[in-house]
Amino acid sequence: MAAKLDPIVGRYVNLSLQGREHRVYFEEAGNGIPLLCLHTAGADGRQFRYMMTDAAITDHFRVISFDLPWHGKSTPPEGWQNEEYRLTTDAYIEAIRTFRDALELERPVVLGCSIGGRIVLGLAIRHAAEFRALIGLEAAAHQTGWYDTDWLHRPDVHGGEVCAGLVSGLIAPQSPDTSRWETLWQYMQGGPGVFKGDLYFYRVDSDLRSEIDKIDTRDCPLYLLTGEYDFSCTPEDTAATAHDIRGAEITVMKELGHFPMSENPRQFRTYIIPVLEKIRAREVSCERR
Amino acid sequence: MAQQTAMAVGPLEAIGRLAELVNSDRSLVHRGRYVTNDIMIEIGNVSHYVRIDKGQIASLQRGPLLMHSWSFAIRGKEQAWRTFWQALPPPFFHDIFALAKRGEFRIEGDYKSLMTNLLYYKDVIAAPRRLAKETC
Repeated sequence: MAAKLDPIVGRYVNLSLQGREHRVYFEEAGNGIPLLCLHTAGADGRQFRYMMTDAAITDHFRVISFDLPWHGKSTPPEGWQNEEYRLTTDAYIEAIRTFRDALELERPVVLGCSIGGRIVLGLAIRHAAEFRALIGLEAAAHQTGWYDTDWLHRPDVHGGEVCAGLVSGLIAPQSPDTSRWETLWQYMQGGPGVFKGDLYFYRVDSDLRSEIDKIDTRDCPLYLLTGEYDFSCTPEDTAATAHDIRGAEITVMKELGHFPMSENPRQFRTYIIPVLEKIRAREVSCERR
Repeated sequence: MAQQTAMAVGPLEAIGRLAELVNSDRSLVHRGRYVTNDIMIEIGNVSHYVRIDKGQIASLQRGPLLMHSWSFAIRGKEQAWRTFWQALPPPFFHDIFALAKRGEFRIEGDYKSLMTNLLYYKDVIAAPRRLAKETC
């Protein structure tokens, strides 16, 4: 009997980031316009596995996701045991651009969720011309901290379980049990302090509010989609960000929370496929000109 | 709205059925097998003292009950609990922290006991939602 193989292929690429060597894991599936997907804080690229197995997407897009250093199957850098992990805006942007260059992705579309959605705004501010389109899921220019992140990394509380317990409320109640618990499993598998270190970027190091009006969507279209059940990055937070960006398209996604692509893939595809079709249509129209 | 079916019973009656709802859920009791603790759930101005023994609800006493200790308490108005316990609650009423962030719930006391078994406590506290699901 033939093996039931997923179309997803995983590999490692060796990158120099922040002056240090990193072995970075990535997965991909499909052909066409490169679509680089950025996972949420404390998680990894598996969140995009449903997009990578959706022929309506992979027939037209080469969907790629990489695990940020310290996440998923990407190895933390040598000496990690002697430092506290903290993601910064500069390191995040460097990782994305270095990965893109290493894989020779030509003006990819970048789709990012949560911290990935925040950095998409950073790319739009600093490097818009390098991308065909940018998609921010659960994205806002800033978030005021609303809980004590010390709970996420301390030896007397199980890090994986508390991270999952915390984010469980960010999943919409309509999301199927299977994909809800798969999303939580990924949080349970995060390395110690990694979720907390990502939130340093999210809360402290990446307040983009003063720069957000620099975004020019004529250089690169920007789509912002936020789940109605996301009480961390709320639809109001995204709307406040979009208010200052001329031409940004904003969508509130019904019956979805903070992890749309992994918590309820069937619901999410009804929102993301029309966006991807717009990007394709724009591409075709540019080629004709 | 059909999807957000309200409970057939009110919050005060629903909390009274907490023991049967939790204790009949084997996987939830297993998840809480290391939890032995006293907590307090306040609905409006009515306190409920919940004693948990190895993941099972051992007793639930309705207040007033002076001088009774608890490790942490969750307090909210009756309407907030009613909305939280709908089969499919609306956004921002679907999770204890969502409600706390909105100011609808207050979570007080020893956070460590809550955070150490967060997935367990969240499902215990949401258990009365099953009463609304049964009426769907």
